[in-house]
Amino acid sequence: MILKPRLQDLKIIGFYLGKIILGLAMTMVIPILIGLCFGEINPTLDFLISIEISVLLGFFLIKICRTDKDLNWMQGMIVVSLSWVVAMVLGAIPLYLSGHWKSFLDACFDAMSGFATTGLTLASNLDHISYTHNLWRHLIMFLGGQGIVVIALSFFVRGFSGAFKMYVGEARDEKIMPNVIHTSRFIWLVSIVYLILGTLALGITGIFNGMRPVNSFFHGACIFMAAFDTGGFAPQSQNILYYHSIVYEIITVVIMILGALNFKLHYHLWMGNRKEIFKNIETRTLFITILAAFSIVAVGLAQAGSYPSAILLFRKGFYQLISGHTGTGFQTIYAGQFIQDWNPLALVGVIFAMALGGAVCSTTGAIKMLRIGIIFKACKEDLKRIIMPERSIVIEKFHHIKEVFLEDKLVRSALIITLAYIILYGLGALVGMFYGNPFLEALFESTSAAANVGLSCGITQATMPAGLKITYILQMWAGRLEFMSVFTILGFLYATIKGK
Amino acid sequence: MRINSKLALTILLTVLFLYRPVCFAQELSSNELIKNAKQYDGQSIIYTGEVIGDVMARGNYAWVNINDGDNALGVWMDISLAKEIKFTGNYQARGDVLEIAGIFHRACAQHGGDLDIHVQSLRNSSPGRIVRQKLNFDKANLSLILLGILFLIWILTLFRRK
Repeated sequence: MILKPRLQDLKIIGFYLGKIILGLAMTMVIPILIGLCFGEINPTLDFLISIEISVLLGFFLIKICRTDKDLNWMQGMIVVSLSWVVAMVLGAIPLYLSGHWKSFLDACFDAMSGFATTGLTLASNLDHISYTHNLWRHLIMFLGGQGIVVIALSFFVRGFSGAFKMYVGEARDEKIMPNVIHTSRFIWLVSIVYLILGTLALGITGIFNGMRPVNSFFHGACIFMAAFDTGGFAPQSQNILYYHSIVYEIITVVIMILGALNFKLHYHLWMGNRKEIFKNIETRTLFITILAAFSIVAVGLAQAGSYPSAILLFRKGFYQLISGHTGTGFQTIYAGQFIQDWNPLALVGVIFAMALGGAVCSTTGAIKMLRIGIIFKACKEDLKRIIMPERSIVIEKFHHIKEVFLEDKLVRSALIITLAYIILYGLGALVGMFYGNPFLEALFESTSAAANVGLSCGITQATMPAGLKITYILQMWAGRLEFMSVFTILGFLYATIKGK
Repeated sequence: MRINSKLALTILLTVLFLYRPVCFAQELSSNELIKNAKQYDGQSIIYTGEVIGDVMARGNYAWVNINDGDNALGVWMDISLAKEIKFTGNYQARGDVLEIAGIFHRACAQHGGDLDIHVQSLRNSSPGRIVRQKLNFDKANLSLILLGILFLIWILTLFRRK
């Protein structure tokens, strides 16, 4: 029998949701400070209005739903999935007020794209946007990459057992430290240290490239946030093509790869365990899949004669591939060039890379390397069983921080999530085709949205149908949360209607 | 008389030679260039748009990004030409609108395969300007009203606690 959710359930969900909204509101102080520094009055007002609405909503929920009770699994998952929807709406308010988004739906699209670290954008006249709004676009990627709930856990929530349930709900099922709050803080420590180093590297490169010092460091910070959190927004409409610099491209490739690595692996590297990077199943799988995907892209580009020399083919092909594989979405070609200059084989190579993604417990989306590695190991185990004598016992292991035995439940879990992603990519492609787009282009854009990548072949623009915008928003949301929280909220809605 | 007509012809030919890209090149938009990049690869074209972002000097040359309203394209020009740019577009300024004549490259071998234009000549068709931002009173009023509501709630909470 399905039980109808009780009022107590709603109160607990509302209370913790209120806390997370307050946490989100506090982050809007950063763009306000930037707005004041640059003397941008109206953009500062946009954020003042947004912060006031957020504080009012958060305060209202906390007061109405005040409770001392801890979260159970269902409530934790629902808090997480609702947090992302509420964050999208609240985060879209300053964007919409700026006038650079044609409708509130477009602003919501970009807010979800930012929080989910996707990078698809519907902004118009991006080259005239204020520093304040531009910083917010990149900051939401930084916040979303670490996880909105991780922010609340790190700074606004005192230790309680429900914290782990929300942490898991945000698609981070690995604890780096024994305590989930310490884990969240470690994730922030890693990100802040890299933020400083990355901004310095990109800022100095920007100055050497001829940019004004203020712009070069502002762009450096924005590009770092988008690269490390595998987001893909950039301060200018041309994305990375704006900089016309190979050094900039090399630095962003390094940051993108760092962002695609497991935070647990970062921890072990920081602790001096450098061998882990060579032994870990995720890094090994990543290396193999990059090689495989790049081979497909390179053959495709060579067949199409897209670039006059092998070096240029490598520079353009490898950059878009790494950007797709790590789920970043930076582009050094125009969206239309994917269709005009690249052939279908090269596009398939990029789609394949986008669909796979980076490591678990990183800022990337998509199926992820651990699951691909596990499925590959399971296939190997089954093949061994066929080849070896019947009486022999076949045991497969893999190395992920420690030696792990390949159990059926691990394989099942990896296969379910992989299947769910493939269905999500396919459904988005179907909707894209329904609106008149060719199959490959629809699949490219759908995979990019669902895998939180952000590469675009030109479908994503402000003039696309509202139905397609909503589809991509749902894909970005489900893809970022890895389904479990989304399934829970669907179950909760079903129980509300059908439960007794 | 014959000398004069020869001189006039020479001057005309020289002018035509100097302004050859402007005279014979096609005026194209960024969308047309991206969509038909193979067709226009290596050809003289005219492209018009607003200078945005930074003028990035690289030795004797500079990168300038020019937006025609649909896309911004990278333009490679001599530093002396780049010095003619007075305003670049951003939140607080409208950039100079340049009409440039140059060679279009679909995948430039000199610049890592970028789609770009190498400028031969340019004309500043509309100078840029600083955009003065006026205070939006609707936004200011709304933020004050919301601040008042927040303050009221805070006072009420204090009273209830007491």
